[in-house]
Amino acid sequence: MFDRRLIQNFDWVLLLLLLLVAGVSILNLYSATYAVREAGGSQIVVKQVYWYLIGFGVFFLMTTFNYFSLERVAYAGFLASVALLLAVLVVGKVSSGSQRWLPLGPVSFQPSELAKIVLVITLAKFFRDKSDIRGYRLRDLWRPLLLTAVPSLLIMKEPDLGTGLLLVIVSFSIILFFRVRLRSLLILMGAALAVSPLVWFGLKDYQQKRILSFLRPEMDPLGAGYHVIQSKIAIGSGLFWGKGFLKGTQTRLHFLPEQHTDFAFSVLAEEWGFAGAVLLLILYLLLVLWGLNIARNSKERFGAVLAVGISALLFWQVVINVGMVTGLLPVVGIPLVLLSYGGSSLVTTMAAMGLLMNISMRRFMFQ
Amino acid sequence: MRRTDFDPVSLEIFYRQLQRATLVVLAVFALLVLRLWFLQIVNGWNYRAQSENNRIHLQDIPPFRGLIFDRHGRMLVDNRPAYDLCLIPEEIQDRRALFARLKRLVGLDPALVKERLREAPRGYPFRPVRVKRGLSRDDLAVIETHRFNLPGVTIRVAPQRVYLYGALAAHVLGYLGEISDKELRSGEYPENRPGDLIGKSGVELRWNRQLNGIRGGAQVEVDAAGRRLRTISRVPPTPGANLYLTLDFRLQRLAERLLEGKRGAVVAMDPRSGEILAMASSPAFDPNRFIKGIDKKSWERMVRGGSFPLQNRATAGQYPPGSVFKIVVAVAALEEGVVTPEEKIVCHGSYTLGNRVYRCWKKWGHGAVDFHRAVVESCDVYFYELGKRLGVDRIARYARMLGLGSKTGLDLGGERPGLIPTTRWKRKRWGTPWQGGETLSTAIGQSFVLATPIQAANLIATIFNGGNLYVPQVTRWLGGGGRGALQEFRPVKRGKAHISPKTLALLREALTGVVNEPRGTGSRARVEGVTVAGKTGTAQVVAMEREKVRGEKEKLPPEFNDHAWFVAAAPAENPLLAVAVLIENGGHGGSAAAPIAGSLMRAFFGSRGPEGAAN
Repeated sequence: MFDRRLIQNFDWVLLLLLLLVAGVSILNLYSATYAVREAGGSQIVVKQVYWYLIGFGVFFLMTTFNYFSLERVAYAGFLASVALLLAVLVVGKVSSGSQRWLPLGPVSFQPSELAKIVLVITLAKFFRDKSDIRGYRLRDLWRPLLLTAVPSLLIMKEPDLGTGLLLVIVSFSIILFFRVRLRSLLILMGAALAVSPLVWFGLKDYQQKRILSFLRPEMDPLGAGYHVIQSKIAIGSGLFWGKGFLKGTQTRLHFLPEQHTDFAFSVLAEEWGFAGAVLLLILYLLLVLWGLNIARNSKERFGAVLAVGISALLFWQVVINVGMVTGLLPVVGIPLVLLSYGGSSLVTTMAAMGLLMNISMRRFMFQ
Repeated sequence: MRRTDFDPVSLEIFYRQLQRATLVVLAVFALLVLRLWFLQIVNGWNYRAQSENNRIHLQDIPPFRGLIFDRHGRMLVDNRPAYDLCLIPEEIQDRRALFARLKRLVGLDPALVKERLREAPRGYPFRPVRVKRGLSRDDLAVIETHRFNLPGVTIRVAPQRVYLYGALAAHVLGYLGEISDKELRSGEYPENRPGDLIGKSGVELRWNRQLNGIRGGAQVEVDAAGRRLRTISRVPPTPGANLYLTLDFRLQRLAERLLEGKRGAVVAMDPRSGEILAMASSPAFDPNRFIKGIDKKSWERMVRGGSFPLQNRATAGQYPPGSVFKIVVAVAALEEGVVTPEEKIVCHGSYTLGNRVYRCWKKWGHGAVDFHRAVVESCDVYFYELGKRLGVDRIARYARMLGLGSKTGLDLGGERPGLIPTTRWKRKRWGTPWQGGETLSTAIGQSFVLATPIQAANLIATIFNGGNLYVPQVTRWLGGGGRGALQEFRPVKRGKAHISPKTLALLREALTGVVNEPRGTGSRARVEGVTVAGKTGTAQVVAMEREKVRGEKEKLPPEFNDHAWFVAAAPAENPLLAVAVLIENGGHGGSAAAPIAGSLMRAFFGSRGPEGAAN
């Protein structure tokens, strides 16, 4: 059955916002890799264009079925994603000290990216099934806590501390959104505070050191600390209007680390200045608010919760990355969603956006 | 189609929560914008100034590579400060002028400099590119005086590996070379960067990661000319672990001197533990030559030229063991009961099987010989008969039990397994059935049998330590330096050869006779005051040629000359030292190899024979 209303309800705003961000991403990557274009840099731009094409393909694919069917497969999907996370720990490719990639023919794939969406979907199922207008008590929450703990601990084990924490943060925002009774919240926080010193002293020396330098980049002057200094110089030196496209000296002289992935925002802020950086932030802000708006318009609880979850996922990834490159937050190695180079992240994010579109298009069905 | 509609109350709550969430989102984004305002507008000019002359560089501090000592703590490999001439591409003003000046001042070839700059990773214009390693003192002085005139040139002090005794133990120590792209990508060298020197062979390769240490670095503020103004923060490097070998410096040096001018190998081992006291391979090479970068011509000479100095003949040289293999056949025959020690077999100087005649090395024959005489005089006919009684597969079983035909497991790369043939192997490898005559050749260590000198040393050690097959080792301790406690490498037993004490006793007695009795083939390994036991071996290189021209060997070109073997253990009653000597194309084991083993033993046991006195 094809419903004409699906077309009428097509969410042009969402598509337009995504196209704008995609354009900025490719332009920015072109600049970030310009200095090394002969040494394979230009390939990165071309690859990103392909990833975006695939991404938009997946985006439209995700609108072709009724998102509600996801509810039935949510837990199966969760198990599959946990299995993939286990697989990556066993057979994954090691690159720069951590094991995050599963080889998949010619490309590799990061199961932790998939785990993000799957977590949001499972949480949406949970909060649809169990609604409690007086707020949740601790004993109601063991399931979402477990659903979060398993994948995030597996991801931290890779080790990918940043993505693991992201999962925890996103999950907690969703739980808080659906309200937890004050007493339960206090107990939870108290328990966390009580346990943390035990955990801390149970850690090995080098693990403590890693966490400390994660919290305070100055303690790692050859790695994160240096990166943050150079990133701040890049961003700050952009002034109001920026140095101009392809004119970023920090970028050209390679003072910026990982400028096409984690520090892509610094490249943009150096070349387009405060004006460009704020514009990009406004694009992200609109995307997040539009996601919340889709949640509001959904007449059905699963879709509403899912839209809230996806918005939270998007929101936190932007905030953590921008906070990191501007020196507000620890350096956790989370790329800027939709802007940075990276296939797994891009395709899964576009899939999530496709789900948003799906929810938006089917809002009439439950009227 | 309403499935899970909100009830009005919960819908109201949901809207309220959405409003709250919107406020939180707006507030956080406002905070980010505020941060950007602070960085780009409030402090913007400050950062702009820093970016225009990016003054904070990351300086690399390579770690101190671990030192290497012999078993008594004598230092064999050290690090000494050396001065590397580096260029910082971004700071060079006039390339052509600079290249010309460098050529005039220190004779640096401009083409080489260009090549080095081109090879440097792109996109790091402030990273120094090394164009010459280890400047001499004179060159250093010249550069320093003309520094003002050489923008872009910088001198960096780096520890340089020094092999204190040149070629001494070169095959055990190994050499260093610049890390290749492939090695970098392999992920096996997480601590290394392009341009680093890493171990390419020997223990330098085997323990590369431990010796290497962990690199440090510093954030430094520099001025426009690249001079360091101050260090912002610094992470000290962790020096690599020191390595204590099992080698005995004196014995090693003597072994190499005894091999001088010859091609061959010497292995000296403690039969009680498998510790290698000396391991020499000749010709050798000087690892120091690889440090400054070896030129193409010398390299090719090393790799291609006929004598292969880089090969460790002690572990990778596979030779037919000749009569040394009779030790194995003797054990097999007594253990399997195919002969009694008293049975006499008559040797007329040849043995006929089918329509072929197999000769004994003694043209006129040994007459009637029992087990003891046959070993002492190395009678071929006696062992042809034992071989025929045993069959090749039974011989192979004992050979493998005694460690032949497989790698000894020495903690040094590049070892080869040798070969012990069986009927099955022959069918698989050649597709033809085993011939009876081949068994006869096998019994005297010819046909397909191959062994390495270290296997031969291990073989004699096993016979004399009561049947314990040890994994030979060259490393004794690892650690110290900045790495805390020493790690000790204890002897590792690989297996136990189940041989009856009676067989072992008979064989030891016979092997003692080889050196000490009249007509024994190894008399030149005798040492005053110590009972040496041993076995000679003379291995044919090209079987056919030799048979054709038997008796007129002088006419053979040297590469067809026999390989000379000698394996020995002493004192026979309670052995402390096992030795294997191999001289390629050296001729008779008794005359070419046995004296070398004798000299080593004499030095080891401190007695002063005519040759021992010289050392």
